[in-house]
Amino acid sequence: MSKDNPTLIESATFPRHVIAEIQRAAKTGIYDIRGFGAKRDIPTFDDLVFLGASTSRYPLEGYREKCTTEVVLGNRFAKNPIHLKTPITIAGMSFGSLSAQAKESLGRGATIAGTSTTTGDGGMTPEERGHSKTLVYQYLPSRYGMNPDDLRKADAIEIVLGQGAKPGGGGMLLGQKISPRVAQMRNLPEGIDQRSACRHPDWTGPDDLEIKIQELREITNWEKPIYVKVGATRVFYDVTLAVKAGADVVVVDGMQGGTAATQDVFIEHVGIPTLPAVRMAVEALQEMDMHRKVQLIVSGGIRSGADVAKALALGADAVSIGTAALIALGDQSPEFDDEYKAIGSAAGFWDDYQAGNDPAGITTQDPELAKRLDPILGGRRLANYINVLTLELQTLARACGKSHVHNLEPEDMVALTIEAAAMAGVPLAGTDWIPGKGGI
Amino acid sequence: MIEINLDKSSVRELNEKLQGGSVGDKFSINNTVGKHALSVGLTTDVDVEINGHVGYYCAGMNQKANIVINGNAGPGLAENMMSGEVRVTGNASQYAAATAHGGLLVIEGDSSSRCGISMKGVNIVVGGNIGHMSAFMAQSGCLVVCGDAGDALGDSIYEAKLYVRGKVKSLGTDCIEKEMRDEHKKELQQLLSQSKMSHGVEEFRRYGSARKLYNFDIDQVDDY
Repeated sequence: MSKDNPTLIESATFPRHVIAEIQRAAKTGIYDIRGFGAKRDIPTFDDLVFLGASTSRYPLEGYREKCTTEVVLGNRFAKNPIHLKTPITIAGMSFGSLSAQAKESLGRGATIAGTSTTTGDGGMTPEERGHSKTLVYQYLPSRYGMNPDDLRKADAIEIVLGQGAKPGGGGMLLGQKISPRVAQMRNLPEGIDQRSACRHPDWTGPDDLEIKIQELREITNWEKPIYVKVGATRVFYDVTLAVKAGADVVVVDGMQGGTAATQDVFIEHVGIPTLPAVRMAVEALQEMDMHRKVQLIVSGGIRSGADVAKALALGADAVSIGTAALIALGDQSPEFDDEYKAIGSAAGFWDDYQAGNDPAGITTQDPELAKRLDPILGGRRLANYINVLTLELQTLARACGKSHVHNLEPEDMVALTIEAAAMAGVPLAGTDWIPGKGGI
Repeated sequence: MIEINLDKSSVRELNEKLQGGSVGDKFSINNTVGKHALSVGLTTDVDVEINGHVGYYCAGMNQKANIVINGNAGPGLAENMMSGEVRVTGNASQYAAATAHGGLLVIEGDSSSRCGISMKGVNIVVGGNIGHMSAFMAQSGCLVVCGDAGDALGDSIYEAKLYVRGKVKSLGTDCIEKEMRDEHKKELQQLLSQSKMSHGVEEFRRYGSARKLYNFDIDQVDDY
């Protein structure tokens, strides 16, 4: 219903944004490609709340009693597991989709905060390696910029089988972002649309993956933890197979996870939310008696310390942030609202990461725009943000009486909706009822 | 010559020794029985002779080393090779030299499907035939085929050059036959000599990208 004219009733089936998309499709003849992540309303961690300590449990004193946050990742087979001060890591994002300054900012911020950052499609840049104390090297289907020297320089290797925004899909870095440097790193001509493959070129299934992991370990002297990243779909089976193939760490990315460029129909309609994905992954690990032996990193729509705490309470060992990290750097800043409006968007709505004309200078290869992001300031902002998330996480853990954030557990939470109760496997608030698992 | 018997040494011990080799070292490896990930991640100009069949990813990510396999090779032979030379006297399975950035791979026999998939600068010379979808999304480098090529050769190819002496069952999307100019004949002659193949350059035809798919164009959508 319109605020100005109550007799105008908007269709639930054809609201204005749907009408606009039909009109856009009719005009251009091509599907909508955009960045960011899923925008639709889906069950999230917001649908869970913690049961703070009271008579039956006692809390820890805020700021006084210790609540530790250190995490070790990759101690199953790797000689040199990763030690982090906080369980909040930075997700893989490519140089190409992001400017060199943005990559450097992520490295600086992660290093100050005592956590890891991750490369992305297109390989490792010296700026990123140089400013990242702990750097995870993504091993992707395209193998753009894949270099064994860089593999050996990394602190861990993440084999990417999929990502939450587009499980089963590859990527496309559009020509406007293919600068001479990006083109050179990827061995392709400047200005062409670069397709990133959706599946690896030299194996076809989990049995092959096991041999691929063996090869990577042989090349890196069994030193580096091997992560396997999947987009959240058939999570129970995918995590089981990743563990069977020999992963040290499994990364599960829910459908809210961001992307630099994908079809809108893919972002909004493929994959499952992060909320059920965590539970399914933990169940798979528990069934194999590998929970806490193979670490679980969860990503996709993590925004606050509450999200982190809830993911950990469901059984994750750590989380990754991507979109939120870019926002911390300055993405969506009101400072650039006029410029966002000039290109048909607004601060808080900008999602054309593929276009290369990001006013905040983050998702661009335009040297003039990229200069707008000061990597030192960006790194400081990111570190501040991670520190806030960590403090929030500790606050919630202490309230539940936990001296380590990994001691959070599902029974510390209840759900506010039946959907969230079913997906997370925790009772609906005020009941013992977990849909699908009995109770009253 | 340093001999390594895989009946007695593990794959880990083998790769540690090879990766620790010094320039000019020569290694002979026996009793391979199809083991995987043999001779991977080498970074030095050493000579490695492998006697027997090998499994997946033999010579993976090779840099500078010269590796000869007297036998057949499993999938992913010399995947992501950066430099050096790898030679197989028998046949190779799928994805030979996948994503390889440099160096020379010589397969004296046949190579199965997806040979040179997503190749990024490597040169590959195959004495026999190659399977379907070879040179899929091939970015740069040369694939020389002395026999026949299977279905969909060079599908979605970028700037790689394909030279085929025999029949091509079909070309993939955006792959076309191209003129053999002098520069190509010279390049092919050099590769044939280097790989010790005795065919004449006049017997080959060249294929490459029509470059129609470099930027997404809705009018080309039926090509996919």
